[in-house]
Amino acid sequence: MASKTVTPTRMVLNQYKGRLKTARRGHKLLKDKRDGLMRQFMEIVTVNKELRVKVEKGLTEAFASLQVASAIMSPEMLESALIYPKQSVELSVDYKNVMSVNVPRYEYKTTNDDPTEIYPYGFAQTSAELDEALEKMSGVFEDMLKLAETEKTVQLLAEEIEKTRRRVNALEYVMIPEYEQVIRYITMKLEESENSTKVRLMKVKEMVLQDAHHYEM
Amino acid sequence: MRKIAVIGGRETVMGFRALGLDTFDAADAKEAGSCLKSLTKDEEYAIIYIEEKLAAGISSEISKFKDSPATAIITIPGREGSDGSSMEALRAAVERAVGRNILGD
Repeated sequence: MASKTVTPTRMVLNQYKGRLKTARRGHKLLKDKRDGLMRQFMEIVTVNKELRVKVEKGLTEAFASLQVASAIMSPEMLESALIYPKQSVELSVDYKNVMSVNVPRYEYKTTNDDPTEIYPYGFAQTSAELDEALEKMSGVFEDMLKLAETEKTVQLLAEEIEKTRRRVNALEYVMIPEYEQVIRYITMKLEESENSTKVRLMKVKEMVLQDAHHYEM
Repeated sequence: MRKIAVIGGRETVMGFRALGLDTFDAADAKEAGSCLKSLTKDEEYAIIYIEEKLAAGISSEISKFKDSPATAIITIPGREGSDGSSMEALRAAVERAVGRNILGD
């Protein structure tokens, strides 16, 4: 144990007492942080799950429509209809602080403001199914963004919770018991040396008295 | 301004291209891996959507970005529908944080 390396003096004892106090306070704070993170995490993880289900459903539908469209149109036609997008998406990323974890917030902007203008082709040579597929696609896109946001948040929070929990446990089960043991060891040592000093003093006093008064025991 | 990328099979990414996202088609996991590497090099892309069945092959690559707030790598189902691996990943994250699965099912 660490007690072998400490010198049992009053100064070291005070040092360790201070450390123990800090460790206890840190432990309490980290525990609060962990609980707070956990609460946030629970909230966001249910949202994440719902969004995930929604996006998966939406995408499956959109892909089904696209499948129908590709069955009707020739692959070359389909390819050429979609190859040059009319709009482009720009994303601005902002960070929000959730219990000292930076999580991203996404805001997107399309270069094209009109939501009906997503079709990058003329209507003459394409089938209505393709329009439908694209409409579904753009409908699910917003949820996909939100999904990215929450899923990233969940990942980051999970990481932070794990880290915090490790710290809490390290303090609770390693650091604090170690400090307590060192303090106990030093207190005992000090008491012991105090006792021996007392005994020595008594002995010396006895010898001095004997010398002075010449009396026999 | 950051951008959004989609990595997936040729048919999967086609629709996303029309939406105005940057799409990259990859036939297999290896291609997807090198694609991902080049996309994440200079943090130009904030979100990278990647098809589930491709992501399964390069999960170690993807988990490198798990703790980076700058790049989000999100798996999406491909044309064949979801294989449940994204849900599995979510469950793993919950287990990592809470210590047990609280999502039910």
